[in-house]
Amino acid sequence: MDLLLDAVVIGVLLGCFYGAVSLGLSVSFGLLDVPHVAHPAFLVLASYGVFIINEHYGIDPLVAGLLITPLFFVFGLAAYRLYYETFEKRGSDAGVRGIAFFFGVAFIIEVLIIMQFGVDQRSVTAEYIGKSWRIGDMRIPYRMLVAFAVAAALTILLTLYLSKTFMGRAIRAVAQDQEALRLMGANPIKVKQWAFGIATAVLGVAGALLIIVAPVDPTLDRAYIGRTFCVVVMAGLGSMSGTLVAAIILGVAESIVLTMFGASWAPAISFAMLLGVLAVRPQGLFGRRS
Amino acid sequence: MKRNAIAFWIGAAAFLAAAFIMTKMVGNQYPFFAGYVVLQFIALAVAWSILGGYAGYVNFGTSAFFGVGVYSSVFLLKAFGAPLPLQILAAAAIGALMGFALGLLTLRMQGIFFSIATIALTIIIETAVTNWRYVGGAAGIQIQRPPVTAPFDNYVQLLFFVQAVLVVLAVAISRYIQNSWIGRGLQALRDDELAAECTGVPTLRLKLLACVISGALLCAVGAPSAMYLQFANPESAFNLNYSVSTLAMALIGGTAHWSGPIIGAILLSTTQQLLTVTISSEVNVLVLGLMLVLFVVGAPEGIIGLIRRLRGNRKEGEA
Repeated sequence: MDLLLDAVVIGVLLGCFYGAVSLGLSVSFGLLDVPHVAHPAFLVLASYGVFIINEHYGIDPLVAGLLITPLFFVFGLAAYRLYYETFEKRGSDAGVRGIAFFFGVAFIIEVLIIMQFGVDQRSVTAEYIGKSWRIGDMRIPYRMLVAFAVAAALTILLTLYLSKTFMGRAIRAVAQDQEALRLMGANPIKVKQWAFGIATAVLGVAGALLIIVAPVDPTLDRAYIGRTFCVVVMAGLGSMSGTLVAAIILGVAESIVLTMFGASWAPAISFAMLLGVLAVRPQGLFGRRS
Repeated sequence: MKRNAIAFWIGAAAFLAAAFIMTKMVGNQYPFFAGYVVLQFIALAVAWSILGGYAGYVNFGTSAFFGVGVYSSVFLLKAFGAPLPLQILAAAAIGALMGFALGLLTLRMQGIFFSIATIALTIIIETAVTNWRYVGGAAGIQIQRPPVTAPFDNYVQLLFFVQAVLVVLAVAISRYIQNSWIGRGLQALRDDELAAECTGVPTLRLKLLACVISGALLCAVGAPSAMYLQFANPESAFNLNYSVSTLAMALIGGTAHWSGPIIGAILLSTTQQLLTVTISSEVNVLVLGLMLVLFVVGAPEGIIGLIRRLRGNRKEGEA
């Protein structure tokens, strides 16, 4: 019983972390319908950015994550522009060619990282990494608590941004009806580009969390394709709070399977849940579409 | 038989004869090692295009089929000591069943969701095999090749020839489908599934057929790979690189004609073989990524599309 309780607590924390790394995809794939399979590759890239800053200047990984955020914002703007010019503008089967395109991009990022840093695992150093907090018999690593807090803050900020600010509302509007937005005199492409920039910028901080929670290697992105897409699809494309809830469900499921059956079954959990959701309830648990 | 068909079969026979004579004439073993991989990718790309090209359902599960092919061979060899032809046939049967299951998925999912579901299938099957102790689990398994049979002096040469036969088989099937009502039906459902269904195209039956044929071929191509490497482990048998390479080859060649995937596969896998030997295997993944991005952005119809456009321009110029 204690074991199960442990698994659930760790699962909730892990889930929040999964939520943080999926938020960007929830905007880019969930709201904008961009088949962004390179999202986890961007995430790993951010982790390596944080790694460089942390190793060279000894800056805290979270601060380093914030530092690369503007860079990733610009990167996101450029990436969407390229995607738009080559796929959305031309229309037909953008989704299918888009997914091939982003796979290519993901492979390129992987190899560039390998060529620069090798295939070894990399990690960062900070006060809270490696220590844990004891409550009774339970030990909770501080790094998981950091991930939990940052994930919660990110979700709240992004939810507020999308519901309270002018630009945020425009982003949700463009997801609902692009033509209507055009008729209102706004440029839907500009709005989508901005949204994609935000989605990529969030990865700066998410990448910091990724390398705080565990060491990172160049092909880690493949494991996260399943996790992030599982979370976003289960959440029902585009719901931020739904993303967090779905991520917690995934985290708890993974953590329980890990304790009960061992680590070798873990990679299949997210994909099995993803497949189940797609087959049974494609609109997700908190879907924006019926 | 039409003239085209006669020319095709003569070409196929000449290709097989050349492959056979090569095993008699060439003493060096390296061309067979490299050639096997090139042939394997030609067969994969052609088989993939039957579903991915004609029907427009982009399958990222090539690795799943390939890996299942590898492991059905491993299992049959370990359990019954089955000979190679039986391994290939069994793999094809299992692949057909998997294809049927995949076809049922298309009922619920289209476009990118179908693609994501196929990636999911790959990882789930890989995880199941990783946890299957009998076939070696995560650590993998060593495979003993049986002694080589009559006309060949060397097992790699035998595998090379077997793979050449599979290529001819895959191309013949793909070509037949393209020229028959099946191909036209698949094309119709690719362009607009709803409209096709409304005008009486049996879309479900066609999709299932395409999935079953494509799946059986993909699995069959994977089957000899266990013998080729003399080793199998889940991580390499189910490697996502197979999926992306195959897709890249088909897209680079162009999926509008059966010869497209062949051109793409020869071009890309030969380049990769050269790069692996001369530089490193990392660079060949980089080239794969770059070529994929370049072609998807610059030439969405692939090399076939480029050739057609060039020809079209010349015709306009003459007129």
